[in-house]
Amino acid sequence: MLGIIYALLFYVATLLLVSGLALKIRKYARTPAPLKIPTTPAPTTRWGVVLRMFREIVFFESLFKSNKWIWAFGWVFHMSMWLVLARHIRYFTYDVWWWVEFVQPFGTYAGFAMVAGLAGLWARRVLVERIRYISNPSDHLMLALIIAIGGSGLTMRFVAHTDIIAVKAYMLGLIRFQIGDLPGDPFLLTHLGLVAVLMIIFPISKLLHVPGVFFSPTRNQVDNPREVRHLAPWAAKLEK
Amino acid sequence: MADGDTDIPKLSDPLEIPRLQCGAMEGLEPFIASEKHQEALGFPGELVPDWKEKALEKMAELAEKNRAFQVYLDMCVKCGACTDKCHYFLGTGDPKNMPVARQDLLRSVYRRYFTFAGKYFPWLVGARDLTEEVLHEWYSYYHQCSECRRCSVFCPYGIDTAEITMAARDILAHVGIGMKYSNEIIGKVHDIGNNLGLNPKALRATLEDLEEDLEDETGISVRLPLDEKGADILLITPSADFFAEPHIDGLLGYAKVFHQAGVSWTLSSYASEAANFGMFIGNYENMREISLRIRKAAEDLGVKRIIFGECGHAWRVAYSFLNTLAGPFDFLDQKYPIPQHILEFTWGEIQKGTLTFDKSKNDEFRMTYHDSCNVARASRMGDEPGGQFEIPRNVIKAVCNNYFDMPRDTIKESTLCCGGGGGLLTDDLMDLRVKGASPRMTALQQVTEEHGVTHMAAICAICKTQFSKIMPKYGYDMDSILSVHQLVSNAIILDGQETDDDDASAEEAQ
Repeated sequence: MLGIIYALLFYVATLLLVSGLALKIRKYARTPAPLKIPTTPAPTTRWGVVLRMFREIVFFESLFKSNKWIWAFGWVFHMSMWLVLARHIRYFTYDVWWWVEFVQPFGTYAGFAMVAGLAGLWARRVLVERIRYISNPSDHLMLALIIAIGGSGLTMRFVAHTDIIAVKAYMLGLIRFQIGDLPGDPFLLTHLGLVAVLMIIFPISKLLHVPGVFFSPTRNQVDNPREVRHLAPWAAKLEK
Repeated sequence: MADGDTDIPKLSDPLEIPRLQCGAMEGLEPFIASEKHQEALGFPGELVPDWKEKALEKMAELAEKNRAFQVYLDMCVKCGACTDKCHYFLGTGDPKNMPVARQDLLRSVYRRYFTFAGKYFPWLVGARDLTEEVLHEWYSYYHQCSECRRCSVFCPYGIDTAEITMAARDILAHVGIGMKYSNEIIGKVHDIGNNLGLNPKALRATLEDLEEDLEDETGISVRLPLDEKGADILLITPSADFFAEPHIDGLLGYAKVFHQAGVSWTLSSYASEAANFGMFIGNYENMREISLRIRKAAEDLGVKRIIFGECGHAWRVAYSFLNTLAGPFDFLDQKYPIPQHILEFTWGEIQKGTLTFDKSKNDEFRMTYHDSCNVARASRMGDEPGGQFEIPRNVIKAVCNNYFDMPRDTIKESTLCCGGGGGLLTDDLMDLRVKGASPRMTALQQVTEEHGVTHMAAICAICKTQFSKIMPKYGYDMDSILSVHQLVSNAIILDGQETDDDDASAEEAQ
């Protein structure tokens, strides 16, 4: 029964995540940027923009310029999260890829760094007057949600082991549309339930910064307005 | 608010973060545009009865037409990186002047009507209904933003509050609440061709007077041509250059540089304005109409090149938008940048060696340079990124012996707005202007203490006007703000010019 409930939950969550993100990305891609507005100094070539975007996404360059504390907590959280996510690929693959094996020990301990980074961000949200002012309940809840996911995961790994073989069998079944049994471990059910919640709210929350950053005109535009004429389709109609 | 009422903020550091003072600037509103000034721009004369529907319609339209607006409303994570980056926040402590909080004034309404979470769980995501109070809150705080983009430098996603401010102002104008200062000025440009409402006859008389002044000063005939067909270069400059100090001295500097470079040039009475307040009010159509005057003037006069004078937001519109709004400029000489900045031209001539200077003429000044926000963060000069920082400094150093930069985190891409940009250069916002200038003034005071800096140069008509008004409140003379081309004008030695004082000093300076 549990297996069926969670299977439905994950199918629905996956559907909402994928379709929601696809719709948003389509909207962003189709909405024209009427004017050239890169924040300058900006790269003058497309390749330069790729590098600028790479530095933003991998190193959080602008955030580093802005505030070292937010950068440190945010960067540690995000990079640890990538390691943790990479480590989790082992629960969906058989045989486990070599690089997932390699990442395993790092990903395991990155869980702590991830939760620590989140805790730092939350502390700032509560303690720094300016950030407290701009926070809505959803901003606190988002942190709580991801910390709870991380915390329940770490608990299963380091405190109260779950039957990970059974979980993996269930997940491998799930992606082949064969619904098996899921262990009734409360930490596991919490962990998986919250992940599904995160997937569902992804396309309707501030997590849209993930696709959004690629569409930010101040960062993704080439600084060449004198050389290349930039014209939005709706603006071209004004010239008729 | 009267000038005397403003408490000058005392900062120990230009970027000192104030304690939050909720409501400190609440209710500050510039004068609302009259029916006449609204309708001249194609906006309704007063608040329309169905303002709520109209405002939401406009918001939806802008989200469809402008990717920046759509994406920036969606993706802010409230990390707080921008919260201490706005000069108006630093100067007033009002939390609604924090960039993210300013965006949220509009984002909260967007969420309420256009997002799932805001429709069904408004309390969770800070969504709120659009009411008349909200409209006025918008009117107040979106006129406490100078669209300077300092926040966009520091945002991890490049969210640019200027884009939200422009959209908010456009929405407000479309429901009948336009801003008097900007809309009245735009009306004058549409009617007469410049912000001042200076007609061709008055402009010609002004230029003739200035030619006489130049001849008195130099002993040779330096021209300020107007509407001369067949000239090579059309100079588009802010109309303040015809009218106010220190702007005029900059204009004389351009004239001397053109003269010495031996190029033929002209001003246009039809397009006698570089400024384009259509950008400030966030209205593409008005901005385009103003830009098209420049194209028409260039075609009518048969020029080969367009050069812009010292003006910050004008250079943004020129450099970044003109090709979009009024291009393609295939009838101009493609060998030159279209358009070109006067500093690109002057620096080019300096490098060619056509200009001779007596730097000692500027020895009475110990200079620093204020990067104007629109030049620094929304445009470029020269071929390399960052040329907008180097070229003005190169020119100043070529004509002055004493130059010192202000602290690094207050210049170049991190420059602080003068406090009067983005359509806020109006007396009804004087309190805000004085407070918003305090970070820049504090940075200036630091180089005054460390290096004895006496004067600051700028290349923006708004900066110059703002500083000449504001600097006395911070202990500087009103003429402590200079045009960069004023310095050029002081130092340049024209061929055949009578050098009134000793030639020795000129030789020493070589």
